[in-house]
Amino acid sequence: MSLKRIDLLICCGSGCVSAGSLKIKERFHEVLAEHNITSEVNIIETGCMGPCDYGPVMVIYPEGIFYKKVTVDDVAEIVSEHFVKGRPVSRLMLHDEEKAIAAQKDVPFYQKQVKVALENCGYIDPESLDEYIATGGYEALGTVLTEMKPQDVIDLIKESGLRGRGGGGFPTHIKWQMVHDNKADEKYIICNGDEGDPGAFMDRSLLEGDPHRILEGMMIAAYAMGATNGFFYIRAEYPLAIKRIKMAIEQAKEVGLMGKDIFGSGFCFDAEVRTGAGAFVCGEEMALIHSIEGMRGNPTPKLHILLCRSWGKPTVVNNVETIGNIPTIFRKGAEWFSSMGTEKSKGTKVFALTGDIKNTGLVEVPMGITLRELIFDVGGGMIGNHKFKAVQLGGPSGGCLTVDHLDTGVDYESSKNAVP
Amino acid sequence: MKTLADLKKIREKAQEDMKLRGGNVRIKIVVGMGTSGIAMGAREVMKTFLEEIAARNLTDVLVTQTGEKGLSSMEPVVDLIEEGKPKVTYGNMNPDKVKKSGG
Amino acid sequence: MYKEICAKYAPTKDNLIYILHEIQDTHPQHYISEEAVQAISEYLKVPENHIYGVLTFYSMYSTKPRGKNIIRLCESPPCYIKGSDNVLRKLKSILNVSVGETTKDGKFTLELCACLGVCGNAPVMMINDDVYGDLSEEKVEEIIDKIRGRN
Ligand SMILES: Cc1cc2nc3c(=O)[nH]c(=O)nc-3n(C[C@H](O)[C@H](O)[C@H](O)COP(=O)(O)O)c2cc1C
Ligand code: FES
Repeated sequence: MSLKRIDLLICCGSGCVSAGSLKIKERFHEVLAEHNITSEVNIIETGCMGPCDYGPVMVIYPEGIFYKKVTVDDVAEIVSEHFVKGRPVSRLMLHDEEKAIAAQKDVPFYQKQVKVALENCGYIDPESLDEYIATGGYEALGTVLTEMKPQDVIDLIKESGLRGRGGGGFPTHIKWQMVHDNKADEKYIICNGDEGDPGAFMDRSLLEGDPHRILEGMMIAAYAMGATNGFFYIRAEYPLAIKRIKMAIEQAKEVGLMGKDIFGSGFCFDAEVRTGAGAFVCGEEMALIHSIEGMRGNPTPKLHILLCRSWGKPTVVNNVETIGNIPTIFRKGAEWFSSMGTEKSKGTKVFALTGDIKNTGLVEVPMGITLRELIFDVGGGMIGNHKFKAVQLGGPSGGCLTVDHLDTGVDYESSKNAVP
Repeated sequence: MKTLADLKKIREKAQEDMKLRGGNVRIKIVVGMGTSGIAMGAREVMKTFLEEIAARNLTDVLVTQTGEKGLSSMEPVVDLIEEGKPKVTYGNMNPDKVKKSGG
Repeated sequence: MYKEICAKYAPTKDNLIYILHEIQDTHPQHYISEEAVQAISEYLKVPENHIYGVLTFYSMYSTKPRGKNIIRLCESPPCYIKGSDNVLRKLKSILNVSVGETTKDGKFTLELCACLGVCGNAPVMMINDDVYGDLSEEKVEEIIDKIRGRN
């Protein structure tokens, strides 16, 4: 094996793919071959890097240089100038008042962000189990299974203050405790990847960009409440997310990270992917369960307000991002997690910025940051420096906020109070 | 994979493959690859570094490149940056010298 | 043919959605015919009305024959803000169809759909499984021409 000297990370999230990143990747293969340096460069397809507006984007290591809006025609120049001669192409970098910003970490878009769920998104190859493991992946699962009791796991989540990211903001540990305390021969966990709210693509990016994280988080949750089967309910509009999760499940099974007696702990777990067929309401948990059962996705009342049942068995439905936070909470501790955010909303939140904003894309910020910071500092403000009129928070169920509310914090409580 | 120790083994190997993206690097070798460097054979020098490092299984050495260093008469120029030590610059490098320097 | 597709799945009710997906995807006209519903009903041992109930609930299924390529243009607000209505007008005029219709040559069906989750690159459409973003009137024309040339 020869040693690589360049890692070329090409964003292959759906946004950049729709802007042509796969064609660019093909072109790189051709041009590298022409220069005879194929063996020196590692081409890695990553999940969403965030700034979709600038797509296709890429980062080149070891320098960490960030290129935006790359076209097929730019590839020859990147290879001959940057890769062969070591002169990064400043024309393709982001510019701040005429000055080129070379390194990804200096791009203002990234500076106020704190990545927890998105930690690996855009940094690792989502189709590589090894790269996930290299970032510390599956260590939390191993520790949980071999050193902690299910109740300890629930208690730690309680201490972290994690609340559901699927909209309701319900304390995660209470849901888990309900299922934990319910005796049954079988229990299920469902990862809600239906994401129907217009303007939202946080969950898609997570599923596409770091599928093993969601798998690991799901297994930790399953262990805590005694579930042995999991379902990923992913909307049919997300073919890439479906493919990546299926692939991750296969890989995990192959090496024994999923299946029987995981980490020699006696814990067994199996997961599969289920897809929708185009129905917004299927994001609601009972509708979703009916859809998984092969029926019309009608929301129906539950026997107990907190406890879902699928096939008559106790079931927890958790949102993708909620689950995505779990491995990191166990790796870095409840205290670390609860040190971010506000008194009642802990941790970070991923937002999808869309509309007439300069930097559209995917961002992760501490809970409680103001709308102003989110829209103007991270999002770069309005296109053409137009006057800001209003922002819609969340989907159709969220509300519209105007200039008067720009200093509202984005956390469960403040945004609820602000919406008229 | 059955234990945390198994996982750790895989992790170490995988981190090795990802070291360009930051990680534990003890020595950084920076090859000057401006036009004159390349004209004087910097590409061959770089290639030899890569081959030698792989052959010797050195896991904490990173090879990268930079532009013209301005010392045309000394090309190819290579900087060797070792953690906690002053930078050393080598001039007039060639593949033979590379092989020796690793010894 | 329908029987063969059914046989790939266990005859349990929860597989209905997948069987419907596969039947629709593999049919050259991308729809679910009466014969298909009969075949599924026999295989899963559920009444046809249950299958129609499910089939008509989900927007991705069609009971009418459609074109070879299904265009689904996002009509949700973020795409609308970015001009999806102009793109729609353009699509209608180059394909000479209204929403829900299939071109005379049977190559394209034009549909509208809710957010595809690629809003960072609005306006967005999917043609079959491929996503196309940052659409403009010129760009859709190019895309359609390319697909026309391919098949
Ligand atoms: C109409 C409707 C649509 C919903 N859509 C979603 C969705 O797309 N994704 C999601 O995670 N939760 C959605 N929810 C919330 C879920 O019912 C459920 O509360 C959530 O998945 C629980 O996960 P969490 O506790 O991790 O947040 C929706 C709820 C309603 C009423
Ligand atoms: S609003 Fe059109 S893709 Fe999301």
